[in-house]
Amino acid sequence: MGGVGILQYPNTPSLHNPSEKRRVIKTRSMKTATGVGKPARKLRVLIAKVGLDGHDRGVKIVARGLRDAGMEVIYLGIHNTPEEIASSALQEDVDAIGLSIHSAAHMTLFGEVLALLKKNKARDIAVFGGGIIPQEDIRSLKKMGIKEIFTPGAPLEEIVKFVKSIKSTRRKARRNRQ
Amino acid sequence: MKSMKKCFRNLSDIEIQPVYGPQDIKDFDYQYDLGMPGEFPFTRGIYPTMYRGRLWTMRQFAGFGTAEESNRRYRYLLKQGNTGLSVAFDMPTLMGYDSDDPRSRGEVGRCGVAIDSLADMETLFRDIPLDRVSVSMTINGPAIVLFALYLVVAERQGVRLRDLQGTLQNDILKEYIAQKEWICPPAPSLKIINDIVRFCVESVPRYHPISISGYHIREAGSTAVQELAFTLYDGLTYVMSAIEAGLKVDEFAPRLSFFFNAHNDFFEEIAKYRAARRLWAREMKARFRPENAASLALRFHTQTAGCALTAQQPYNNVVRVTLQALAAVLGGTQSLHTNSLDETLALPTEEAVKIAVRTQQIIAHESGVANTADPLGGAYYLESLTNRMESEAKAYFDKLDEMGGMIEAIQRGFPQSEIHRAAVAYQKETDNRERIIVGVNAYAEPEERRVPTLKIKGEVEKKQVQRLKQRKKSRNAKKVAAVLSQLAGIAEANGDLMPAVIEAVRAQCTVGEICEVFRRVYGEYREAVSL
Repeated sequence: MGGVGILQYPNTPSLHNPSEKRRVIKTRSMKTATGVGKPARKLRVLIAKVGLDGHDRGVKIVARGLRDAGMEVIYLGIHNTPEEIASSALQEDVDAIGLSIHSAAHMTLFGEVLALLKKNKARDIAVFGGGIIPQEDIRSLKKMGIKEIFTPGAPLEEIVKFVKSIKSTRRKARRNRQ
Repeated sequence: MKSMKKCFRNLSDIEIQPVYGPQDIKDFDYQYDLGMPGEFPFTRGIYPTMYRGRLWTMRQFAGFGTAEESNRRYRYLLKQGNTGLSVAFDMPTLMGYDSDDPRSRGEVGRCGVAIDSLADMETLFRDIPLDRVSVSMTINGPAIVLFALYLVVAERQGVRLRDLQGTLQNDILKEYIAQKEWICPPAPSLKIINDIVRFCVESVPRYHPISISGYHIREAGSTAVQELAFTLYDGLTYVMSAIEAGLKVDEFAPRLSFFFNAHNDFFEEIAKYRAARRLWAREMKARFRPENAASLALRFHTQTAGCALTAQQPYNNVVRVTLQALAAVLGGTQSLHTNSLDETLALPTEEAVKIAVRTQQIIAHESGVANTADPLGGAYYLESLTNRMESEAKAYFDKLDEMGGMIEAIQRGFPQSEIHRAAVAYQKETDNRERIIVGVNAYAEPEERRVPTLKIKGEVEKKQVQRLKQRKKSRNAKKVAAVLSQLAGIAEANGDLMPAVIEAVRAQCTVGEICEVFRRVYGEYREAVSL
């Protein structure tokens, strides 16, 4: 539960009140021993399931793995719309978004997330994903702008390595703001 | 003595000995521990003749796209030798949304069949005689609506409710714990379940109104012991709830059914099913003292483990499913679904599902295992493991009792965190190669041979939305509004929902419209998000 770098959302938003504000709990341990400046250097990653599918075994392991690897993880849980994801990503000023989906709605929903980021001039946020996604669709998703897709059997280490390798312009801007 | 590994543990983290013998089942008493099949405590099976009397039902879970496409698949499956049907609904239907809801975008017909209306349901069962084919429906939050639709379709086919056979999954507790397809919070959800159970007791006596499930709990990453413990305890919770709602245990318990996973560790799974029967019989007797022996018998459906299949080298999955299915049969399942080789990639093609059906048929007709009940009974390893699993599950029961019951435990996040910890451990063992998965972390190949997969076209959504629009135009809008308002009133007054939902369905109210009433009156469930 808690731990360094996880913002915990106390509730999934009401499915019928998308405008309902989410309460953000910042855990005390977000400040490191050396003070306020450090967190901005960490890669901030939003992890979420998009759409109606609630199978969260994998996404929770990924969120935890990234957290354990020293990243700041904002875990949004399940039942998120593309709008909620994009809005949280902007609100939290993340460097990357990881989406999990097992309902075969990935072409539509991943596409909508990308479109919303584009609309909000946030195409520099790297979007990656995982779940039940056939090979042919992976090619199309990458053409759309998804950076990487991890299918069943992908080792956690591989996912962590990939996310760590994300170069973020937002991180620098955050640091400069501090 | 040399071993390949330092320690051999099964998926419930139980240490396995190099060999088992009489000392491992020192106090074994045939009558007390096993009994004959069909007799308390039912360890060896719930019927005296088991598969000699009747084979397990071959019941492949299926559904995709529109009702027409799924109806075609059901008729194909029946032709290929399925002896029962099992309906997979799409995500919008599972969550109680119509195909034209904004939340349904991109999801219609993709992981199951889209059912919005009575007409859809009629199409789904066209040319399928519901008095002769038993149908299981995997639906939970909106279960009462889909059940009402099914009853009205049966009636229109001229089938008497008394003759209907089938199962409604209708197990909301495991949704909160694992599958996470819900609408309302626990209290109203249990009330809805009790209304369904009561209706079945009175009017659909051959039907199983709940399929108390462990499959999803296991898929979420639990150990076999956790699957056993949480499932059975959910069952006890439903029994208590129905009794509190005024039903007598012997009225409904004989029609409770269960649904387990068939995972990889062959003997652990067989032990799990046997421990399940024995533990259920003993606990039901101790807690509720039924008079009817059928109230103590645990009857179950099994599905082979989806999470144990691989996307890499998919043909290997045929072998995995065979072993898993064999464990289920040796464990005495009443009904079985075997996964298709391509299900880590998409919903199954006809070719792939045919092989899955043939797998069951070969086990049934060629292997000889069905010729006698509980063929492995008396094996030292198996009996020792059965005992161990029963006692470890019982320890979870004590803990859950202490916590104040399953709902309290769910609210505290207890089963969810147990499952998550087990899932993390499994992932770690796989990544470290302590656990070998052939084709994934051993014997992997860089170039994969592609298998053909089922594609759901975008037209499905368009068609379904169009159809819904037309239906809404052609129905009596005033009647719809009145009936929905009446339903809301009954819900608010805590009245019997079943007749009201049936009436709503007859008046052409949609799945989404009826569920919206529940959302408004009972509120929506929210999970506390945490890792």
